[in-house]
Amino acid sequence: MELIYSKGKSGRRGSSLPKLDVPDANSIPSSLRRKKAAQMPEVSELEAVRHFTLLSRKNMGVDSNFYPLGSCTMKYNPKVNEKIAAMPGFADLHPLLPQLRRGGALTQGALAVIYETERMLSELLGFSQTTMQPLAGAHGELTGVMLIAAYHKAHGDTKRKIMLIPDAAHGTNPASAAMAGFDTVTIPSDPDGNVDLDALKKELNENVAGIMLTCPNTLGMFDKNVKEICELIHKAGALAYCDGANFNAIIGRLRPGDIGFDVMHVNLHKTFSTPHGAGGPGSGPVGVCEKLVPYLPVSCVAKRSDGTYALEYHHKESIGYIAPFYGNFGIILRAYAYLLTLGKEGLVRVSENAVLNANYIRAKLIPYYDQQHPGYCMHECVFSATRQSEKGVHALDIAKALIDRGIHPPTIYFPLIVKEALMIEPTETESIEDINKFIQVMIDIAKLADENPEAIKQCPLTTPIKRLDETQAARKLDLASLE
Amino acid sequence: MPYIPNTDADRKEMLEAIECKSIDELWQKAQIRTPPPALENIPAGMSEYEVTRHLNSLASQNATHLVNFVGSGYYDHLIPAAVGTMVGRSEFYTAYTPYQPEASQGTLQAIYEYQSAICRLTSMPMSNASLYDGGTALFEAIMMAVRITNRRQAVISGAVSPIFREMIRCYSSNLDIELIVVPVKSSKTDSSQGALVDAVTDKTACVLVQYPNVFGTVEEWSDTVEKIHAKGAIAVCSVYPIALAMLKTPGEMGFDIVTGEGQSLGIPLSFGGPYLGFMAVKEKLVRKMPGRIVGRTVDLDGKPGFVLTLQAREQHIRRENAMSNICSNESLCALTALAYLTCIGKEGLLQVANLCAAKANFARDLLLQIKGIEPVGEKAFFNEFVIKLPGDSSEIVGNMIDKGFAAGFPLGRYYSDRKNQLLVAVTEKRTREEIKAFANAMEAVLWS
Repeated sequence: MELIYSKGKSGRRGSSLPKLDVPDANSIPSSLRRKKAAQMPEVSELEAVRHFTLLSRKNMGVDSNFYPLGSCTMKYNPKVNEKIAAMPGFADLHPLLPQLRRGGALTQGALAVIYETERMLSELLGFSQTTMQPLAGAHGELTGVMLIAAYHKAHGDTKRKIMLIPDAAHGTNPASAAMAGFDTVTIPSDPDGNVDLDALKKELNENVAGIMLTCPNTLGMFDKNVKEICELIHKAGALAYCDGANFNAIIGRLRPGDIGFDVMHVNLHKTFSTPHGAGGPGSGPVGVCEKLVPYLPVSCVAKRSDGTYALEYHHKESIGYIAPFYGNFGIILRAYAYLLTLGKEGLVRVSENAVLNANYIRAKLIPYYDQQHPGYCMHECVFSATRQSEKGVHALDIAKALIDRGIHPPTIYFPLIVKEALMIEPTETESIEDINKFIQVMIDIAKLADENPEAIKQCPLTTPIKRLDETQAARKLDLASLE
Repeated sequence: MPYIPNTDADRKEMLEAIECKSIDELWQKAQIRTPPPALENIPAGMSEYEVTRHLNSLASQNATHLVNFVGSGYYDHLIPAAVGTMVGRSEFYTAYTPYQPEASQGTLQAIYEYQSAICRLTSMPMSNASLYDGGTALFEAIMMAVRITNRRQAVISGAVSPIFREMIRCYSSNLDIELIVVPVKSSKTDSSQGALVDAVTDKTACVLVQYPNVFGTVEEWSDTVEKIHAKGAIAVCSVYPIALAMLKTPGEMGFDIVTGEGQSLGIPLSFGGPYLGFMAVKEKLVRKMPGRIVGRTVDLDGKPGFVLTLQAREQHIRRENAMSNICSNESLCALTALAYLTCIGKEGLLQVANLCAAKANFARDLLLQIKGIEPVGEKAFFNEFVIKLPGDSSEIVGNMIDKGFAAGFPLGRYYSDRKNQLLVAVTEKRTREEIKAFANAMEAVLWS
């Protein structure tokens, strides 16, 4: 499809702007003016809308396709939440308003949203307080490990420079730890996919700052030793971080703060139904136990005794500003609406059905695909295309075959510790009918892989393009159409 | 139950298939053995109508009646109605990161077009697919310069947004990176370019400046950039993209890395986010740039297509050695910026910039006619300028709120020697009448 820059023609436009109603004068000398106008598109409004509509039809999304992308929790994004985020009372609100004198009184509704969401998240996670500031999951991780660093620093424990990270962790964990100044040490998994306790014990010493544990883990399993791991970590003077990317599996059923974790992030764009937006914006609030509260980023929203809300900045030990204002407010707002809609009973049903759906798929596909770590799973099940790869059909080929059959592929080749991994997460918002269709397609693909592997290796055939030359993309960089 | 389609019959059928008698048994088998929490502070669920009514009531407690002259890097611009429709296509917003290119050509082409728009605006050859916001983008630029130069010091102009500087301080607190801020005299609004160059040593990885700077002042940087290069440091510029429609570009002035806050490109103010960080760089630096990047290539049949490229820099491959821990960009915000630039178009963008500059000029002239208000600093400004009031600007802003105006940002909040100074922003949304009423209200607040 043509680029937008090749459409339309010189002099055409898609916008109408107010007429100039003041003298046509300004203070910019000609030496500071740009010589040639920026070459933006010159299209009518219809051409603009049609271009975007046609582009959108080349995408798979949750609204159009089953999307069992493991670890990403591609649940339905309720439409009412989009309408709420667009309400002018929220969308048009300047973030500096509450920082002006008498401005706080004019933003009480927005401050209430942040405060009430924070309170509900703290309750669900089992923590004292939650910062709503982090702008994404990885940003939440970074915030969390920075809090751990601040805690040790405040206690004069400056030699604690090591962050322990299990080998099944998300790749963001080691990268986040490095950005907070830590060296990372990898802890292997045992044959069941749990953290190898003996290996962990060997690494524990007075240089360890903490552990970053994904719970449930990236194999879709709940590590039965989590409580013991937290105890071992605490005994060594370190802190336990929970990567809450998989919180959808346990929401309403188990609170990480209750089993020994000290700090944790959640992804509002996963568990709390806000859209992924094709790669952001997300939001990654971080909950902490009492002893980490003094280090939380500024600002926090507090409720005064008269029932009004106010921004608080004066935390002497705070790590400072991780975001320009109060977090991704538009995303927090959607999550707030979601929490209010589901309520206590609904949130408990979320994890129950997410776990039920995943186990149902697991049970139905066991005869057709190998599992490196068998057993009951949480909200996602991880298979291995090892049987199929003997015929030359790899996880990537299965992914492409699914695309041809109208299904977005599961996460592939992750976790790294599983060969030919296929990580399937249906979420609670899919019906049994659609889940059954997916199961049947997976069975059909397994059979085809056995009978006619070549047919799968040619997939996809129904998409706007076939498989792309990624080597050329990296070697002969073409990143922009310049004027 | 809202959004959960399983009926009791479905659950029964599924439980049988997985050989569990009840959900409780499933939890046991999945190793969840602690009793369920009480969740006393989570209320019962509400209907869609009740939730909407509640949120409507909260929204109405936020003031949107104020005539806005507050900017400070975040601006109240017009957003064409079509932008919401274009970005509201759920095939965009309900998709994940485009890791499967065959199922994501819509997003990938749009991001390529967005990268092109950023390059065309800044006159830089290469852009990434976006970062969280303007502040994180500027911090990432420091880290990039550190990787390129193997030096560990950043010289930062005091005329860079104090919000960004606070964020940079926070992010570098655990890293061995030295930050040197070059202050600006309180009677001035330029970036003290001479002092900036003097601060550069053989330890300096980069120099960070803002254009127009936080006081709204527009400066020529070409000579200073050359001097920074001569000392072996990287020149980084944080820009206001709407201003670039009119101003000499950072690319023309020789900057190596250009970052910025993209909120002004069609993204609602939304009380602080989500926003859009952008980053564009010289070609030779692209492999050190953080964040996702979309490239154009061909498929098996030689047909053009788009794909995420240079992924070997990223966290899911490099882990602790990655360029950054960032794994999401602000894709939908980047898409919004593209939709905005597409609708506004080449002529429209220039017109927006001209309207902003002319109205700001008009507002400044009117304000300076009021007894006791004085100009501060240099004359060349885009749509934001500093004036000195005959009293504490924070108090005066408080009084202006009672008159229905968000009068600007009191600089004393971040600069203790500028307590009487006010930073006023004017966009194309402000009418002649509003600006006159603003000046009249200011006169009344000061003198009656």
